[in-house]
Amino acid sequence: MSTTATTDIVTGRFSPVQRVLHWLMAAAIIAMLFIGVGMVSTVHPVGLALVDLHRPLGIAILVLALVRLGVRLTRGAPPLPRDLPAPVQLAATLSHVALYAAMIAMPLIGWAMVSAAGMPVVMWGGVALPAILPQSDGLHAILWDAHRVIAYLLFALVVLHVSAALMHALIRRDGVFEAMAGGSVERG
Amino acid sequence: MAARGAVRGVAIIACVAVGSVAAFAWAAGFLTPDRLAPERYIAALQPPGGARIGDRRNHAHGVCVIGTFQSTGGAASLSRAAMFRVGTSRLLGRFSLGSPAEAAPEASTRVRGFAFRITAPDGAEWRSAMIDVPFFPVATPAAFLALLQAGGSKDPGAIGRVAATHPELKNFGGWAKTAPWTASFAEERYNGLDAFVGTDASGGTHHVRWSLLPATPVDSVTPDALAAMPKDFLDEDLRKRLAAAPLSWTMVLTEAGPHDDTADPSRAWPADRRTVIAGTITLTQSQDNADGPCRDVNFDPTVLPSGLATGDDPFPAARSAVYAVSFNRRTAEEAAR
Repeated sequence: MSTTATTDIVTGRFSPVQRVLHWLMAAAIIAMLFIGVGMVSTVHPVGLALVDLHRPLGIAILVLALVRLGVRLTRGAPPLPRDLPAPVQLAATLSHVALYAAMIAMPLIGWAMVSAAGMPVVMWGGVALPAILPQSDGLHAILWDAHRVIAYLLFALVVLHVSAALMHALIRRDGVFEAMAGGSVERG
Repeated sequence: MAARGAVRGVAIIACVAVGSVAAFAWAAGFLTPDRLAPERYIAALQPPGGARIGDRRNHAHGVCVIGTFQSTGGAASLSRAAMFRVGTSRLLGRFSLGSPAEAAPEASTRVRGFAFRITAPDGAEWRSAMIDVPFFPVATPAAFLALLQAGGSKDPGAIGRVAATHPELKNFGGWAKTAPWTASFAEERYNGLDAFVGTDASGGTHHVRWSLLPATPVDSVTPDALAAMPKDFLDEDLRKRLAAAPLSWTMVLTEAGPHDDTADPSRAWPADRRTVIAGTITLTQSQDNADGPCRDVNFDPTVLPSGLATGDDPFPAARSAVYAVSFNRRTAEEAAR
């Protein structure tokens, strides 16, 4: 029956902890990107509410990302299909390195940017984090640019990541999607 | 079978990708030019010849001051904010002229402002930017954009058209014509105008506005007398007074009545509303705007201590968004200098 018998099927699965972290962070990061561009787009009070959500959510993502990096380094990942072309394997590896870098760097840049602006880094209920940089126009300008530019790059990377995941799920049906989503590959 | 599945897969992927990008573009406001983006306020605040490098986009002309806020504990019944406990907090302030032009004439700029950052002993911060007008000119941020755009328009009928759709603007016109002028920042009363929500120690909430009442006796002068004064006489007056003795203001908080409008700063509350004395602001030293310590401070009115929060007044959020654009641009300019 199978017309894709030549495709190697991945049977390995990410650990449950990795899968929970992945889907939790997927929702948080996508929400964060939309909150970020939305909150600076309007003077409406909803913008201020989004800013108040953006700071603690960013710190939560930073914490989760560090935990996740630790889990990834100890638990590893299931191997990619052997028949995936080498350039695609390389692109997959590099895009994941970039995703991890962005997940950790973006909250730190945001925290540093608010610090360099001399603004309190407010979480919830009047609790503020300490400044991680002194007030500085020069640092603020660099960090503000970096935060915006990396946000757009990260969004592009997320769209690419989702497209690639769907390509594995819908077209190649090679078990890569199921390694993170669970379930088994069905082939008609 | 597989080929048809692949076509379907590609179609789904394309829909998801294009849909995501479109949703993101919408969230960012790229598809909605009518959205009240903060950049539109900044664009409307362009003085002739553009903003000077590194200057604030409004209230560009100013003087930095340093001092204290000494709380009597009187406002603790309205807010459990750290600076309302009996004690002394640090204060960084800035007097200003209500104009986007740094070269605005001190003699004829009608609106004067005072902004502060009060830092409680425990580090909690409260920032506020106030003006000497007793109410805001218009009721909504959208109306304020229309007013700014009309103010910058070459069309002499533009302001009249805003006034026709925003009748509250007449009150500001009346104030501008009849309110007495003074020759000193020290003689002005400064009003926060926006309503905030205070939470007291037992969790009760109170809609409040605040004002600073000058301890310096008010000596009104005619516009003609002001016009005859030297350039930057207000800054010079402040320097002279502070060199001689500290200047002080009494901070008062006013609580809204049950039916008062807490969402519209163009409507003053009745004069008989409960007012408490929160304490005294004392200024001891002034410093130049260009290199003084207030230069890089964004007096964002949404920087509030625990115990004070924004309420249904839409202006603090709007001002926060617009001040952020001003701050981002001017710090970038300073960095590129």
